[in-house]
Amino acid sequence: MSAGTLYDKVWELHRVAELPGGATQLFIGLHLIHEVTSPQAFSALEDLGLAVRHPERTVATVDHIVPTTSQARPFADPLAEEMLATLEANCAEHGITLHGLGSGRQGIVHVIAPELGLTQPGMTVACGDSHTSTHGAFGAIAFGIGTSQVRDVLASQSLAMGKLKVRRIWVDGQLQPGVYAKDLVLHVIRSLGVKGGVGYAYEFAGPAIDALSMEERMTLCNMAIEGGARCGYVNPDATTFAYLQGRPHAPSGEAWERAVAWWSSLASGPEAGFDDEVRFDAASIAPTVTWGITPGQGIGVDETVPTLEQTDPDERPLAEEAYRYMDLQPGAPIAGTPVDVCFIGSCTNGRLSDLQAAAAVAKGRHVAPGIKAFVVPGSEQVAAAAEAEGLDQVFIAAGFEWREPGCSMCLAMNPDRLEGRQISASSSNRNFKGRQGSATGRTLLMSPAMVAAAAIAGQVRDVRELLPA
Amino acid sequence: MSSPSFPMGPITGHHGRAVVVAGDDIDTDRIIPARFLKCVTFEALGPAVFADDRAELATAAAGPHPFDRPEHQGASILLVNRNFGCGSSREHAPQALMRWGIRAVVGESFAEIFFGNCLALGLPCLVADHTAMLAIQAAAGAEPQVPFHLDVAAATLTGPAGPWPLTLPDGPRQMLVTGQWDGTGQLLAHAAQLDRTRAALPYIGGF
Ligand code: SF4
Repeated sequence: MSAGTLYDKVWELHRVAELPGGATQLFIGLHLIHEVTSPQAFSALEDLGLAVRHPERTVATVDHIVPTTSQARPFADPLAEEMLATLEANCAEHGITLHGLGSGRQGIVHVIAPELGLTQPGMTVACGDSHTSTHGAFGAIAFGIGTSQVRDVLASQSLAMGKLKVRRIWVDGQLQPGVYAKDLVLHVIRSLGVKGGVGYAYEFAGPAIDALSMEERMTLCNMAIEGGARCGYVNPDATTFAYLQGRPHAPSGEAWERAVAWWSSLASGPEAGFDDEVRFDAASIAPTVTWGITPGQGIGVDETVPTLEQTDPDERPLAEEAYRYMDLQPGAPIAGTPVDVCFIGSCTNGRLSDLQAAAAVAKGRHVAPGIKAFVVPGSEQVAAAAEAEGLDQVFIAAGFEWREPGCSMCLAMNPDRLEGRQISASSSNRNFKGRQGSATGRTLLMSPAMVAAAAIAGQVRDVRELLPA
Repeated sequence: MSSPSFPMGPITGHHGRAVVVAGDDIDTDRIIPARFLKCVTFEALGPAVFADDRAELATAAAGPHPFDRPEHQGASILLVNRNFGCGSSREHAPQALMRWGIRAVVGESFAEIFFGNCLALGLPCLVADHTAMLAIQAAAGAEPQVPFHLDVAAATLTGPAGPWPLTLPDGPRQMLVTGQWDGTGQLLAHAAQLDRTRAALPYIGGF
């Protein structure tokens, strides 16, 4: 059993009671909501005649269904408009802050909470969205929940939870140029499998993790759930504190010093015990691309689609299903695979540094003929910062569309979607069948820089060939 | 919120016909594609369960999808393989299964958020080991008309053959058999402890 880890400490601090069924009641420090998984929770609350216990600890935004071309109200899609109107009404009725369109603070829930300084080390963070693991980048224990649990948090500011085991993922060395946190996490999931993390929290540590920026740590923790781990985290350090200082909801003045002292005390110490440990070497990781229908079906861009013989016997039925669905040949190189649509965005890779990395590749080049390429900033703040640097102009000059913030083609609940058998190069997090809005559409996951390279080449291309030597 | 036929109170077992949806890593996007999430109630989700898989199999040689086969209409026990329900946290997935008629799931393993969502709705998910699962699925496939009996308290499944031993962690098992799976009341019962825990957290008062 783990002991002395950040996970153990934060768990202990938030433990309210042991419940009759054996679960633990855990206080939730920050609750984030959005338009898709909250309406039924508010209705349930109403049915039960309950109030929101701590409206000041819930923060709302709108992201999943917003269009990215024109965000004028009412939306063209009446269902999307109804969902947003329902969220607005629920927030108004219960006194919950909503960062709505045009507020300057709207964006994907996992992008805005960190940038507003809402997410802080040592908190428990819950949201009706599986990628809540993102907030673990700050040394928070953050996990996705279902709608019944959203109801529970609204009603009680707590949840019934079972304690997870803790696996330390230690990464030595340094990522090579052209290799990003996205490649690292795709590599981890490829190695440990999409089920490998079930029952675990992943603690990411080691020299390669220490060297990551906060935005890179968010990309890493964001995809812990794709490896089956309900939460992933990085211990808070000077990088964390530097990111938080001066943000709207971060402590300031003398409180800042006290906060830093407390946050520092939460990190897993040298004496911490883990249930399991796995080691990786960052230097050996190449830009990684998925070829199949789960995020675990990834390979280096210089590798070939694994043959059945190269596949673990247990994984062979899934590999065969993936060959059929993706129409990729076992043994064929992944580089050179033609793409139709290139999407840069999502809570995995829609932050400023992601757009900078992609723009560095796009600058002075042009999207290949026939390719639809578009960039969706993760939030209004990201959009403003990118525009202030002229990144929007770089993308537009290169033939990309520059859109309004939202989830967009990560899950295609808005008009941005694949058509028919189209294949995308996507900086998002899921390549499940049908994920990007067409039941037969196909997705290749990769880093934003690799998506930009694919857009330029019209096919999967090793971004390292396009970067200055 | 719930339609009248949704479970209430203690869930000690379930009796019903079974339907097999074979394969590992069946994610929640497949159970209920995202376009059906554009709703402010769960009511209309039943017919949309597995929509894309069903459409794909409707015209395929291997089709139709088990949920569209006449012999499985009215089935209420879903038999699956590994890592069922991975991916998105959408509670729309168990909601859609339940609104189609599923009242229990037996599989080799479940994604955690999915398992928790099911528990919160009173949909028991029990685990069989690989060999047992293949035997259960074979038995269900051979005699689709023969009902199975799932004993949640004892964690066993009996059908045309069996019984097969299953596993269900003690916590969820207790919650189901005592009827405390719908836990909001339990959480609210600890108001004083909640306030104490909250007050002790340095970040609550802004440090
Ligand atoms: S960007 Fe994608 S994964 Fe992230 S919150 Fe939106 S839909 Fe979910």
